[in-house]
This record gives sequence, structure tokens and C-alpha cells, in this order.
Amino acid sequence: MTDINPKVDPSQVLEIEQITLEGMDISGHWNRMFEQRVIFDYDLTTMDRIIDLPGGESFGWCYQCSQCIAVCPVDHVGSYGPRKLYRDVQVGANLFDHPDLWLCTTCANCLRVCPKEVNMLEIMPAVRAEAVLAGDVPAELQDVFEKTARYGNPLGQNPKRRMAWTRGLDVEVPVIADLGRKVDVLWWVSDYPSYHPRGIEASKSLARILHHLEVDFAVLGAEERHDGDSMLRAGEQGLFEMLAEQNIAALNTYEFDVLLTTDPHAYNAFLHEYPQRGGSYPVVHYTQFLADKIEAMGLSEDLGSKITFHDPCYLGRHNGEYEAPRDLIRALPGTEFVEMWRIRENGYCCGGGGGGMWLDGHAAGHQRMRLSEKRVLEAVESGADTLCVACPYEVSRFEDAVKSTNNDGRLAVLDIAELLASAMGLPTG
Amino acid sequence: MNIAVLMRPVPDPVEELEISPDGADLDRDYLGYVVNEFDEHALEEGLLIKEQVGGTITVLAPGSADEIDDILYTALAKGADRAVKLGTDVGPLSAHALARLFTDALSDIDFDLVLTGVQAADELDGQVSVLVASMLRLPHISVVTATEPIAAGVRVTKEFWAGITADYEVTLPAVLGVQAARQAPRYVAISRIRQAQQGEGLVEADAVPPERGSVRITAVRLPEAEDGAEMLGGDAEAAAERIIEILRAAGVVQGG
Repeated sequence: MTDINPKVDPSQVLEIEQITLEGMDISGHWNRMFEQRVIFDYDLTTMDRIIDLPGGESFGWCYQCSQCIAVCPVDHVGSYGPRKLYRDVQVGANLFDHPDLWLCTTCANCLRVCPKEVNMLEIMPAVRAEAVLAGDVPAELQDVFEKTARYGNPLGQNPKRRMAWTRGLDVEVPVIADLGRKVDVLWWVSDYPSYHPRGIEASKSLARILHHLEVDFAVLGAEERHDGDSMLRAGEQGLFEMLAEQNIAALNTYEFDVLLTTDPHAYNAFLHEYPQRGGSYPVVHYTQFLADKIEAMGLSEDLGSKITFHDPCYLGRHNGEYEAPRDLIRALPGTEFVEMWRIRENGYCCGGGGGGMWLDGHAAGHQRMRLSEKRVLEAVESGADTLCVACPYEVSRFEDAVKSTNNDGRLAVLDIAELLASAMGLPTG
Repeated sequence: MNIAVLMRPVPDPVEELEISPDGADLDRDYLGYVVNEFDEHALEEGLLIKEQVGGTITVLAPGSADEIDDILYTALAKGADRAVKLGTDVGPLSAHALARLFTDALSDIDFDLVLTGVQAADELDGQVSVLVASMLRLPHISVVTATEPIAAGVRVTKEFWAGITADYEVTLPAVLGVQAARQAPRYVAISRIRQAQQGEGLVEADAVPPERGSVRITAVRLPEAEDGAEMLGGDAEAAAERIIEILRAAGVVQGG
């Protein structure tokens, strides 16, 4: 209320006592607005601090149209979204030390609809990086950062056991260092497909498919570390840089034609983050790789299921690939493909991106349900009996959500590689 | 207040732990190490005191493995002023030998307070802090869960059993065995650790491998699997009934 420069000097306003126009009293005395109103009396310390960060400038462009709120997956299960965040900061919230800082999954749907191109994909990591430097990190995420730094994977598993999933497998998964030669395809297996029981099942299926297709492939084995993409979005830039350096050093040792990734987050990192750090590789997601080989796969077994598909944010919205997984699903014999209502560019997020994979405990205090639970309810609503996924973060998230929403037995969650292997008559699991 | 924090590596249980051919130790050829969790709490408590009243923190850790560097650089990144690597291939040390190693190293260090973990995964009897104190002839309190700097020294909260705690006032210099810091050990960003690696905070000191001490480990064994476990399957109701049945048979639950 103080220190306001009057833009209108009331003494200079001529007010006519009474005017009647076409029989209507339009006198100013009852409706005049010639008085000072406060429209801007905020403490903008935090706002300025965000805008001054590299990557944070677009936060100031928000004009609060709220289009982002309509598509924000977090707002659908709580009260959150870029516009709300902007308003909260405007009226004094310190985002640098605030629970909302950790809710964004960097799904990119807000940026898609934002007329001002307010880029939360840059803003959130930039603000989070400051919080990380100050040590203000939710405990569960801190634990994952420490494990990833130490063991090279967020599960805290022994890095020497990265190949353990291949034990007893009926096909060979060669390690490139052992082969000692160039390969056509270097398969970037990633962490959950190497260590998580459900991820391993999908990896085994993909290994069998690659063998069936007679692909000349190998893996990095113990030299592979977490790709770092989600650590970067979660604000641990130093950890990302360290992982990228280690991975690029390993990859640059070997010769291969194409880098095949299981994980869309790794795919994203290899496309957009590694090249400027000296790691340029032709990279392909496994759904893209396989979509070119539908004929050769010999899909012959009727699966007899009704399938719906969840677009991974980092394959779809971030990198524009919507067709490859759908081509593969449509090629599955004896299946019906149904879509959920939020798909492709407007696909709903599983909640695992941007560090969300390791923040379920934190998010639980700020959301009515998990994003994965919301999505599973949509999958059930679609009438499908199978939720097909193409990102290793998703199988465990959605399987948990199937149980927690009491849909056990009604909806199977399967990686697309598992469905393909079944249709090829290959062993699964 | 000038604080010395004694930290030590312990075998990392993420690795497959195997027993050495002589049967008296873990097979250390294939062992990885992590910092002793209690020592992380000791460091955190030290950092909190430094934030309250100023002073310096010197961290000491024995061993030659790469992990020692990680432990010390992390401590520097968190706010320690100096880190001393007692670079000797210490191997497995008894509590006495480890205490002697630390005590010798402390003779070159100006300190008012020594903090270390009350115990370690490979030293559950928790003797190191009390032995260091006795070798230095200083007052000692173990199982410390909080400290507060006061004019006369430090006020210390010590945990007993059954939720009982006692507050002490200790004059300095003194040695404390820390059970838990006032707050969880802080996170330090990887970029800060990498900065510390570029700095000059880490020094290496020659340390003479001490005598093995009075306690000698003669055999190490894996826990033996025994039968007698009953897995309760079926639905929740059936399992609940069976649990009640078992508790009743054991005399824990009475009546209908």
C-alpha cells in the first residue's frame, strides 16, 4: 500500500455531478474508479533469484493463463502446476526450500501448451540444483543420489553384478570387452532392466528377440552406469556430469554402429545431453529398432488380449516417437488395441520422471493418489486387460498401482518386449 | 572449538562378502569399503558444533583403499577444514590397534574435542572411542545423541536403555563416541566433492601399522541356516488365525 506513485492525480479529475444519457444515470460518483489500487506490492526476491538462474529466466514470462494446469499430471491428483507455482512465488513462497519443488516430473505437457514457452524442464532442474547445493534434498532422493554416485545405479546394487540377470539365460548376451571387436548394435540395458526382477524379465525377452533376429549385438556389462538423465532433471548436475564422463569414456573405447537403448531416459540423454560432452552416437529406442523388423520377428502366437499403451514421456512428448510402439502392438496376433483418453502428445505421466521415481514418499504427502495409480485407473477404464509399457521405470510403478487400486488380476502390466516374445513363441520370464 | 573426527572404512555389504582362505577374516582382496555410518553422524555433529561456535574440523581416516579418499573428500566437501589420510595398509585392525593408530595421529593435531562413531559394523563392541580417550587420558562419553557447546565445554546427551537419556557437562578436551547426530547426515552435492578433489585439503600422513592388539579373531563364520521357520501362506484371515494359534501355543496370548 505504500510507496505507490500515483498515475492519476485525483485533483486533476473533472467529475460532473450528474450525467444522464439516453435516460440512464451514468454519473461517476457511484461507479468511479479514480482511486489508487494496489496491483503490484510483492516481495519478488525469490522470483528474481529464479529468473537470474541459467535456465530460470522463462519463469518470469508466465502471464497466468492456466493452460498448464489443465494438462499438468500432478494437478490431476493434487493442487500443483506451473501457474500455481508462479503465483505462490509471487506472494512469497521460497521455492528453493519448498515441498512443491520436488513434485514436477518434467513430463513436458505444460511446455506443449504454454503460449509463453515457460520451460519447466529448465526451470525446475535449475532451482533444484540450488537446493541440492544447499543440501536441501528429500531424504529418499538423497539416498538415491548417494547410491548412484557410489554404485552407478539408483538401486544401490553391486556394480559388478550388472550381468547377473543373464545367468541361466537360454541365449548368450556377450559383453563387448570380451568380444574384442566391433558390433553392429551396442545394447544400453540400463539399471532397472539389469537389476529389478520385473525389468530383468523384459530384458530376457529382448535378448531372445535380438537373438531370433540374428542381430550382432553386445552390452557394456559392468562398465555401464546410470545414464544420469533423471539425476540431471532432479537437480544433481554434478552427478550427471560425473556419470556422463564415465559412460562416454567407456563408450568411446568401443566400436559399434548403433546404440540401442531400453530406457527412454537414456535415449533422451544420448540424443540431447551426451553429444555436447563428447559422446555422439547413433541412438535408437528398442521400439524403433524392432518396428523396422516386424516381418522378420515372425509374430505368430495369438495372445488373445485387449491391450492399451502408455506413452513414455521421454519417448513421446520429449522425442516425438508415438508410432513405433503402436506399430508393434498392432502387429501382435489375436489382440485388440484400445487407446486410453490421454495419449500421444497429451499422454499422462507415470510419475517416474524428473526424479519422481524416487520421491513417492515425498509426493504422497502432497497428492491424493500416485500418478501411476491415476494412469492405471484410466487403463482399466479403457477396458483393456493388458497395459503395455516401453519404459523400464513403468513396469514396477504400474504393477504396484494395479495392486494399490485393487485391480489385481484385472490388468496385466507387460513390457512391449515381453508381449513380442510371447507372440514369437519365445520363452518369457 | 577445534574438533578432530575419527572416521574408518567398513566392508561394504553390497559386495558379496566371502571368508578368507585362513577362515579368520573376510576375503579382503575383493572387498569394497564404505564409511562407517556412525562416523558420518560424528562428522555431522562436528559440523553442527562448528556452525554454532566456529573453529576447525580435522578428519582422520586410516587405510590405503581408494574409498578412503572418497570418505575424506566427502568430509571436506561437507565443511571439514583438513583431512588426514593415515596411509598405511592397515588391513583388519583390532579396536586396540585402531585406537593406537588414531591416538598417535592425534599427537600432531590441535583439538579440543574428539568425535567418532560409537561403534562400527565390524566392531560392534564399541571400544575405539573409549580406548582413544584412555590412551589420551581424557574424559569420555559414549552413545552420544546430541551435544551443545557451553562455556565450560560441551553439554552431552547420552542414551541409556528403555528411552532413558542423561545430560552431562564435559570439560575439554574430551572424547565422545557418537550414536547419532542431532540431525541426519547432510547431503553434499557431487560437484562440491569434485571441487574438494581439486583442492588441497587432503594430506597424507605416514602411519606405522600398529601391533595387532590383544584381541585376535580366530574364526569367522556365516550365519547357519536352521529349520523351524514356518511360512504362513493362504489368505490374510487364515494367516491371522494361525498367528494367534502360534502365539497361544507359546503362551503369549491367553483366553479365547
